Amino acid sequence: MRLEAKFKWLPTPYRSLLLFAVWLLLNNSVSAGHILLAVTLAVVIPLATSPFRTKQPLIIKPGLAFRHLMLVLYDIITANIQVAILILGPNKKLTPGFVKVPLDLAHNMPITILASTVSLTPGTVSAELYPWRECLAEGKEPEKRFLLIHVLNLEDEQALIKTIKERYEAPLKEIFQC
Amino acid sequence: MIEWIISILLLIGGGFILVGSIGLVKMPDFFMRLHGPTKATTLGMALLLIAAMIFLSTTQIGLSVKEILISLFLLLTAPISGYMMIKSAIHHKLDSIERTTGKDNIEDDV
Repeated sequence: MRLEAKFKWLPTPYRSLLLFAVWLLLNNSVSAGHILLAVTLAVVIPLATSPFRTKQPLIIKPGLAFRHLMLVLYDIITANIQVAILILGPNKKLTPGFVKVPLDLAHNMPITILASTVSLTPGTVSAELYPWRECLAEGKEPEKRFLLIHVLNLEDEQALIKTIKERYEAPLKEIFQC
Repeated sequence: MIEWIISILLLIGGGFILVGSIGLVKMPDFFMRLHGPTKATTLGMALLLIAAMIFLSTTQIGLSVKEILISLFLLLTAPISGYMMIKSAIHHKLDSIERTTGKDNIEDDV
């Protein structure tokens, strides 16, 4: 896990990139003036706001992050179709359940991303995180945390936990190296 | 031709949103009701926005890409609002239906 960026003047490189893209998309143009303004905003806003923020882990493997994003987008499409079929089917066949997934991640930011992907992918909604508070004391082993999820149609609990850990958690661990 | 593509996208998108809303009405308890709106609607909205993008790009002022931003914000906010609702439902100890498994996994609030 790395909290500090390489360059002091660019505390959050990928957020700057996002700001740059959002500004151009909002204005719907790529003229020189807008690009100049976008670059200025992308550098100044993270610099000005970084003292207020708690440090977040930075993305270390951007290529893998992009691949993971594509995988999640694909899963969102299949999730929609699966959930649509489940919803239109008879209610009696559904066996809902709460499942506790043990997490290897310790930091809040990767866990937030994991919880959101779980909510957007097939038949699961993340419900709660135990223990709720983050414990990142220096030199102390981070606490073991659990994510409580609600499953619309629970068939095999162990298989589900395994899929979530392998498909969504393992890439996040590698992206943030934590 | 373009009109056909736009209409098909609108129909599929509207269909997904309809299914999400049907889920909201049809499901027996609160936790299951949440599944429809958090998922089925994101894809539905994305398809509607793609249709809007094609329509505006081909007929009006020219290339329009703002819709990508709308879908991005929807993707960011849908899971978080779902999470807030299910968290407050657990806090209020809402009943889930009889056959729900693993209820003992829910811990008490601190």
